[in-house]
Amino acid sequence: MAERSFKAEVEHLRLGAGDTFTGEGILAITKALLESGVGYVGGYQGAPISHLMDVLADAEDLLSELGVRFEANANEAAAAAMLAASVHYPIRGAVTFKGPVGVNVASDALANLSSSGVTGGALIIVGEDYGEGSSIMQERTQPFAMKSQFWLLDPRPNLPSIVKAVSDGFDLSEASNTPVMLMVRIRSCHVTGSFECRDNQRPRETVREALSNPRSDFARVVLPPMSYVHEQDKIKNRWPAAEKFILDRQLNEIFGPRDAALGIVVQGGMYNGVIRALQRLGLADLYGQTAVPIYVLNVTYPLISSEFLTFCAGKDHVLVVEEGQPELIETQFGSFLYRAESTVKLHGKGLFPQAGEYTGAVMLQAVEGFIRKAAPGLLAATVRAPNADKPQIPDLTKTVPIRPPGFCTGCPERPIFAAMKLVEKELGKHQIAADIGCHLFASLPPFEIGGATMGYGLGPAANGAFDGGGERRPISIIGDGGFWHNGLSSSFTNMSFNKSDGVAIVVDNYYSAATGGQDVMSSRADNATKRTKNPIAKALNGVGIDWVRQVNRTYDVARMRDVIREALTTDAPGPKVIIASSECMLNKQRREKPLVQKAIKEGRRVDIPRFGVDAEICTGDHACIRLSGCPSLSLKKLDDPLRDDPVASIDQSCVGCGNCGEVSEAAILCPSFYRADVVHNPGRIEKVWSSLRARFIDWLIARRAAHRLDFEAAP
Amino acid sequence: MSVADALDPRPQDPAMGGIIKLACLAVGGQGGGVLTGWIEDMARANGYVAQATSVAGVAQRTGATVYYLELAPASAQRPIFSLMPAAGDVDVMIAAEMMEAGRSIIRGFVTPDRTTLIASTHRALAVSEKMAPGDGIANSDEVLAAADIAARRVIAADFDQIAIKNGSVISASLFGALAASGTLPFPVTAFEAAIRSGGKGIEGSLRAFKAGYLAAQDGAPRPAPPAPPKIAPVKGPAKLLAGWHALTARVATLPAPAQDMALAGLKKVVQFQDLAYGAAYLDRLTLMAQIDRPPHAVSTEAAKYIANAMCYDDIIRVADAKTRQGRRARIAAEMGAKEAHVMQVTEFLHPRAEEIVSMLPTKIGARWAAKPKRMALLDRLFGKGRRLRTDGLTAFVTLYVLGGLKSYRRRTLRHAQEVAHMERWLARATALVPANYDLAVEVLRCRRLVKGYSDTHARGLSKFDKVLSGITAVEGRSDAADWARRLREAALKDEEGAALDGALATIRSFS
Repeated sequence: MAERSFKAEVEHLRLGAGDTFTGEGILAITKALLESGVGYVGGYQGAPISHLMDVLADAEDLLSELGVRFEANANEAAAAAMLAASVHYPIRGAVTFKGPVGVNVASDALANLSSSGVTGGALIIVGEDYGEGSSIMQERTQPFAMKSQFWLLDPRPNLPSIVKAVSDGFDLSEASNTPVMLMVRIRSCHVTGSFECRDNQRPRETVREALSNPRSDFARVVLPPMSYVHEQDKIKNRWPAAEKFILDRQLNEIFGPRDAALGIVVQGGMYNGVIRALQRLGLADLYGQTAVPIYVLNVTYPLISSEFLTFCAGKDHVLVVEEGQPELIETQFGSFLYRAESTVKLHGKGLFPQAGEYTGAVMLQAVEGFIRKAAPGLLAATVRAPNADKPQIPDLTKTVPIRPPGFCTGCPERPIFAAMKLVEKELGKHQIAADIGCHLFASLPPFEIGGATMGYGLGPAANGAFDGGGERRPISIIGDGGFWHNGLSSSFTNMSFNKSDGVAIVVDNYYSAATGGQDVMSSRADNATKRTKNPIAKALNGVGIDWVRQVNRTYDVARMRDVIREALTTDAPGPKVIIASSECMLNKQRREKPLVQKAIKEGRRVDIPRFGVDAEICTGDHACIRLSGCPSLSLKKLDDPLRDDPVASIDQSCVGCGNCGEVSEAAILCPSFYRADVVHNPGRIEKVWSSLRARFIDWLIARRAAHRLDFEAAP
Repeated sequence: MSVADALDPRPQDPAMGGIIKLACLAVGGQGGGVLTGWIEDMARANGYVAQATSVAGVAQRTGATVYYLELAPASAQRPIFSLMPAAGDVDVMIAAEMMEAGRSIIRGFVTPDRTTLIASTHRALAVSEKMAPGDGIANSDEVLAAADIAARRVIAADFDQIAIKNGSVISASLFGALAASGTLPFPVTAFEAAIRSGGKGIEGSLRAFKAGYLAAQDGAPRPAPPAPPKIAPVKGPAKLLAGWHALTARVATLPAPAQDMALAGLKKVVQFQDLAYGAAYLDRLTLMAQIDRPPHAVSTEAAKYIANAMCYDDIIRVADAKTRQGRRARIAAEMGAKEAHVMQVTEFLHPRAEEIVSMLPTKIGARWAAKPKRMALLDRLFGKGRRLRTDGLTAFVTLYVLGGLKSYRRRTLRHAQEVAHMERWLARATALVPANYDLAVEVLRCRRLVKGYSDTHARGLSKFDKVLSGITAVEGRSDAADWARRLREAALKDEEGAALDGALATIRSFS
């Protein structure tokens, strides 16, 4: 079950014609899929489209009512491959994943799909993870569309435009027999707003019906000589059909005055940013009425030469607003202008920085720079020559610490890396390859474990060069999400087949945790529609890996340390794999907290553990923090002139996971930690016995206090 | 991260009729999403259109994350809203933590022409601040000072504490501050209605909302400067009290600037051991004071660090602290344990052979410590993690007995070792006083490096030795004290002492 539940919001998906939907972009896309008569949906979670998968999972009842099949695909490649159902059958299908990493994984299937062409509309919804908040390498999805020649939509970032892009996308796909990718940026996925609904549509043909009437046509199979025909078909038929459709349906939009000496071409997703810059320059009003002509590319591939040249006619300067690099759109436009022997001056990169997100400040500077060059007369005097003083704001860059994401309070992965740090103290530094997932936070301080990450499920594979072994064994880390996504085939069969001498640690937290807590094959939860509870160890045995150690409580730091040491020092040949299993604390708390509250209310005995620090005993060396980094383990300054350094302190957010105590024990840190278990609704005997003990202890304490000076007495 | 240029203030454009731009910078898990939802619902319910965006994903795993809202009066046309805050273009900036307020200033979201900054003054420390072996905590005052310059108006209070006190989370108290700021054109009742329609934890949220509202309205009191430490009256048997007063009378004979520190030190030392030990402390301190001269920094630092050196962390001290009066009540208050509950307390102890041996009488202990085989045996017998339930009798009595061994303490190996170490260090400082006063002060301050238990303690001692040897190398220089300070600060930067080794290498390069 995912971290965020959309059960309540999913009811909005039943709205029909005449209703207004108000909510998040992700839900709007789901509603648009249903309104478009989609026949099957699927995908693989990952920000920023994780919630789209969660919404689909929570909407399964509604989906099955409409005859729509939902598949939580094993990975992006599986999701893209599923679109094969639209090759022969007139069924609309949609899958979603993050870009460009998901597109990387899916690219084999996408290329084959694009070659075969589609009959039913095939829509790939990609969450473009670029700019602030992104968790991946900064690249673009655009080149994938260009190399495989499928069409790319980048609608204006408001709900009506995004919803329209979904239905336009299916129509375009069917009109041109080509898959269509709909790109939504990080913030568009979570932008809120409203749109007017249409009724949900049942698919023209359901996937069940298709199974009763199977079809095939070898002309669609990617094999020579058909593959050569496919290439010609793309250029001679599908592309012109797409261009015609885009022009006929006016998918791209033009705003502002018809005649002006300048104009701006913008990717749909960047439109609001451009308007904001114009608003700030006094060249647009709140509703986007502007003095500057704007050509909005809701379709960023293919680019249509005729439409672009018509927009440029009569203009001297045109600015291309294209976020990310390389500047593929700008280059293509330059080529269009050159071939048309145009004298229009094209601006873009240069005014804009080559790399990086187009933030508000970047956009304002670039658009202002463009207007200064192209039509300075448009700018108000105050903008042209500002005379107000710039305030001198102190530079805080050296004061404010960075705050990268990290392990949550009570995270079960923390003790694994504490144990690794302890082992490295004994045996020295090791070659460590990391993977994708929450465990990658271990590469940051305080652990600094793991040197590189090569992709999801590729941690152990990234140590391939070291499989032959050496003085110290190479270590790789992979999560349970990565294990099932791609790790079993790409990493572990690779290790096993090549008789690797390396060590792999599978961080098993029962979920695909970093993407929002979706279930995976080895999840321990009951899931009505998915097969869970498949042990990772069994899969490893199946591929010939026999040295497998299962640790069922990662918080046992000493045991974790001993198992890791054993894996690094054993004489056993072949891969050594440790499965370190404990439930993701974020999900565990979400699941258990209401149950605990209920139990307390009902008068049942509940033991709530939390950790504390004796400030007097803590010397302020912070060794515990260097083996933890837990948000609830922080520092406080004591009101004591004799103390220089702040001491450790545990706040109320502590969930009593036990890591502090285990670490202080295993690393022999200090005796200042204690665990306090507050027992709610204790039994009568327990209560009486406890109070008897307390009385005896108090008597002992009082006896000693009587012979001592008391410096802490309350006044 | 780069500093955003403070953009030229631009006059509000009438064509932008009534748009309000509001950003919220929070740490993942602070409820920024809930706050955003309330503002959005309130705006829509009161004749406005609203758009909210956020950056979801891994940033929400304890990282810094930004929420952004734009509001405008509803009309027949749809406004074009931006999806992200822009430098120089934010009307209301809500920072749910002090350093996030600093970050919002760095990013240019706070400008004097338009921004009301609502900031919570509490700190959620970043890992980099917490992991330094010394004091790596960032300076909140710098951020507050910058906020005063950068913002049109600052509303700052500990909204986190306000929320906790009212059994809620910071989103609610910040929502109250937003209502009090008057930056949104909605009445307080509209804010409360938004909370009521929200669903969960309504009562707590409303209480925190109200408290946040009042705190923001009260001219946003800044955190008060730390009050002078309260001096609790000392209590105890008459005989001991008389002894105590005799000792405090001696404190009055010390140089005036050192007296407060000496009193604090005396208290610590007497609590650690007994009145005689306090007298020994004053003896040592008096020796330092006799060779001291104004400004009496030697006496002050000696008062502080001799006390710390004399109160070393041995088993007796730990056992005593764990069995002292008031501890159970303190823990119960911290954990929220009430009369109806039962509280169990588990201690995590891991004595090593070294600690066991250091408790033996000096000569026997030294003999054992010199024999690795015996040490290995001790480690096998005792050296394992022990979890003691100090709410139970066996564990409590064990620690109670150990904590009562004070009269025996001065005969232990540990005591002999500590005294020897302290004497060497004091002799070193004493010798420096006539020739290089400032360096003597710095040598005294180096005692700060010795802290922690087991390996950490050993590493502290080795850093202490390294710094002192570095000081020897620069002793003849006029800027020796400055170098000593730099060495000590470097030693507190990281665990392994990489910064210290770098500083020592620099010293060797010119000495």
